[in-house]
Amino acid sequence: MADEIRVEVARYRPDKDREPGWQEYDVPLRTDWTVLDALNHVKNEVDSTLAFRWSCRMGICGSCGMNVQGEPRLSCATFLTDYAPGPVRVEPLANFPVVRDLVVDIDDFLEKLPRVKPWIIRDEEKSVDDGEYLQSPEELEAYQQFSMCINCMLCYAACPVYGLDPDFVGPAAIALAERYDLDSRDQGARQRLDVLIEAEGVYGCTFVGECTRVCPKHVDPAGAIQRYKLKAAQESVKAFLLPRAFR
Amino acid sequence: MSRATGDDLSYRRPVPLWWWLHKRTYFVFVMRELSSIFIAWLVLYLLLFVRAVGRGEAAYQDFLDDAASPWLVTLNVIAFAFIVLHTITWFSLTPQAMVVRVRGHRVPGIAIIAGQYAALAAVTAFVAWLVLS
Ligand code: SF4
Ligand code: FES
Repeated sequence: MADEIRVEVARYRPDKDREPGWQEYDVPLRTDWTVLDALNHVKNEVDSTLAFRWSCRMGICGSCGMNVQGEPRLSCATFLTDYAPGPVRVEPLANFPVVRDLVVDIDDFLEKLPRVKPWIIRDEEKSVDDGEYLQSPEELEAYQQFSMCINCMLCYAACPVYGLDPDFVGPAAIALAERYDLDSRDQGARQRLDVLIEAEGVYGCTFVGECTRVCPKHVDPAGAIQRYKLKAAQESVKAFLLPRAFR
Repeated sequence: MSRATGDDLSYRRPVPLWWWLHKRTYFVFVMRELSSIFIAWLVLYLLLFVRAVGRGEAAYQDFLDDAASPWLVTLNVIAFAFIVLHTITWFSLTPQAMVVRVRGHRVPGIAIIAGQYAALAAVTAFVAWLVLS
């Protein structure tokens, strides 16, 4: 095996560049090195001006998402050897504005997320004296998959609908809405439905399914969205057919 | 250009017109969407067929003659290919949209997919029996 691999990194320096360009670096090709290790090597040894985000290095924090060879990936969980002999292209996550080099602006998601109220909503809070809300293993299993999201934004980068229509609420936010809807302790489904039934909500999705394919945590946002559509459709039919008292 | 003005110097990358050719999965998705047009055509064609049958022997014969024309055969072969794509893709997506529980346990996706093919086979067999007998 060659002992080096070429990494082509998209660079954008807003103070100098009118648009992003490419810069090439040759880095050691080690079997235990990820794309993030390569970038850190560049930053520490070759070019300290390179900007990128990371934190945990173990697929937990969700901050190191990048497009590697055109696919949204966690760069800390993507091994260089999978792209040998190279070169391997590293770009900022697609569909988000680029702030600098590999750093993208995810404010749009941070603004959308609270709109779907991803927290437990109760009609009436129990007092602490009443004790905790108990949950059976089955009740936990009902939503657990959707609770694994690490907000890495790979699904937004993979979603062509979001790319074409940035108003679309998007995969992770809807999966998180579903996570709370399915939680036996929650009573806020109605409030979330009001938000997600809008045109930019679940019906924006055309079921491309890429979000599910790229999700590193197997959240299956596409599944969550289709289940939500089914729920929304049932509600609409009920609202149409049943007098108010029976809904 | 597509860059924002003012203080915001972040760069917005335009989505290329041919984005759906960039990935196999995007391409399959667009073809799946396109297949709906062919579904609509075959439904219409079926209705025309039923009408021809209803109008008697001569109309039925005319319909068959038209159906044998090369351009209609070509169109229907293409439409059939799209129908197969439509069926396969949507069947395989169903378990994601539908969670079926039997006695508290989630039915595995593969069983739901198999169920759909079994139902399709049953309906096909019934229609074949109806037509042939
Ligand atoms: S749903 Fe998956 S891909 Fe999307 S933000 Fe959450 S963990 Fe990342
Ligand atoms: S650095 Fe935390 S997920 Fe990659």
